[in-house]
Amino acid sequence: MIYFDNTATSFPKPPCVAEAMVKFMNDIGANPGRSGHRLAIESGRIVYNAREAVAELFQLADPMRIVFTSNVTEALNLALHGLLKPGDHVITSSMEHNSMMRPLRCLEQKGVEVTVIPCSQQGRLDPADIESAIQPNTVMVALNHASNVTGSVLPIEKVGLIARAHDLLFLVDAAQTAGVLTIDIEKDCIDLLGFTGHKSLYGPMGTGGLIVGERVDLNAFDMIKCGGTGSRSEHENQPEFLPDKFESGTPNAVGLAGLNASLRWILTQGVDQIRSHEIRLTKLLIAGLKTIPRVQVYGTLNAEQQIATVSFNVLGKEPSEIGLRLDEEFDILCRVGLHCSPASHKTMGTFPAGTVRFGLGFFNTKEQVDYAIAAIRKLAEEVK
Amino acid sequence: MNEPKYAVILVDSTSHAMRIERLLNSADIDCKMIPVPRQLSSDCGVCVRVRFDDVDRVKKQLEHDRVEFQVIYDI
Ligand SMILES: Cc1ncc(COP(=O)(O)O)c(C=O)c1O
Repeated sequence: MIYFDNTATSFPKPPCVAEAMVKFMNDIGANPGRSGHRLAIESGRIVYNAREAVAELFQLADPMRIVFTSNVTEALNLALHGLLKPGDHVITSSMEHNSMMRPLRCLEQKGVEVTVIPCSQQGRLDPADIESAIQPNTVMVALNHASNVTGSVLPIEKVGLIARAHDLLFLVDAAQTAGVLTIDIEKDCIDLLGFTGHKSLYGPMGTGGLIVGERVDLNAFDMIKCGGTGSRSEHENQPEFLPDKFESGTPNAVGLAGLNASLRWILTQGVDQIRSHEIRLTKLLIAGLKTIPRVQVYGTLNAEQQIATVSFNVLGKEPSEIGLRLDEEFDILCRVGLHCSPASHKTMGTFPAGTVRFGLGFFNTKEQVDYAIAAIRKLAEEVK
Repeated sequence: MNEPKYAVILVDSTSHAMRIERLLNSADIDCKMIPVPRQLSSDCGVCVRVRFDDVDRVKKQLEHDRVEFQVIYDI
């Protein structure tokens, strides 16, 4: 079986991830941050270790600025619903995932003004277009770091500088890039960074977080849930400090045990190593697909300017048919359709049928890419 | 002499306690996470216990790392 759906979630995971989770379930198990006994402390320590590992990955000095959430969707909802007020203006792109677009459309109903900057058909964003969209009431720029449809990487360093120069908050959705591209919160002028554990961080589902930078005014940042935090139990009001203000309820400690393990694995491998392997495979895949008549490949067509996600179509066949036949006849698992991002497909001109998407990962090989290219060639030859 | 043997550092939350434990460990200062003694706070959380003799070093280290803590009590 060939798993080419790493963009949806990475699989397999490094073995250390499941090992850490089994160990947590069998030997630790207690509620982190609630009680004060040995096992509770051990459990809290594991959650803290995960916090430190995230801080190390993103060059963050203070691990307390990491708020754990159940995925990037929750992180983006927290940032957007927590900070945007009626009358505020926010700028985003036309390559966003629905995790960004839907909360924004929901806020639009409540009086937040939303500008969507069109990207090119290849998924490229011109930072100058962001700058010219700034209005007196603009408070935030919210962007994904790389598209989950074309894989194209958006120029966040340049946009970060523009946002900073205009004193706007900069929110980045790093769902597809955390762990494969170097992200430096300070240098890239990022105020809020959302990440998810189960994709390019190779951790379990149900983990993720929001990094809250020092420029974010905590007093103007509403929580979207309140509850028990294990701190200040004598008070009925929510604590005002990080991370507790936004971390109510028992966390996914077993998931964070797994995330801690996967982050250590990434830090040991090196983000650059992972990236180089993915660039090699992406180059091969793009080059191979391009040689097949009647196959159209979308995006930048440049492995250096995108992540290991490649969208294409076999002209004359529906993406859904390709997906089914790859699964049934070739044992290749991928995702077809709109990939939770109708805006991207409208930008690319592939709405509403969508595309076939190969999402490669660290555990894929050159042989698998060659085999998949041959499979697509066979399917394309059927179209006459 | 009736000097106290230990002091405890009270902090905002378990995460903060963990951070202090990590920082003190890397500075080679002995510490242990314990439940907050009832006489100090009605909170249900944990605090960090250090040796009384180390209190000055602890304070210096935490100031150096710019970590906030509420207060240090002798126990
Ligand atoms: C760019 C982007 N943003 C957000 C998400 C949502 O991730 P999650 O389902 O982990 O919240 C995804 C993946 O589905 C994504 O690719």
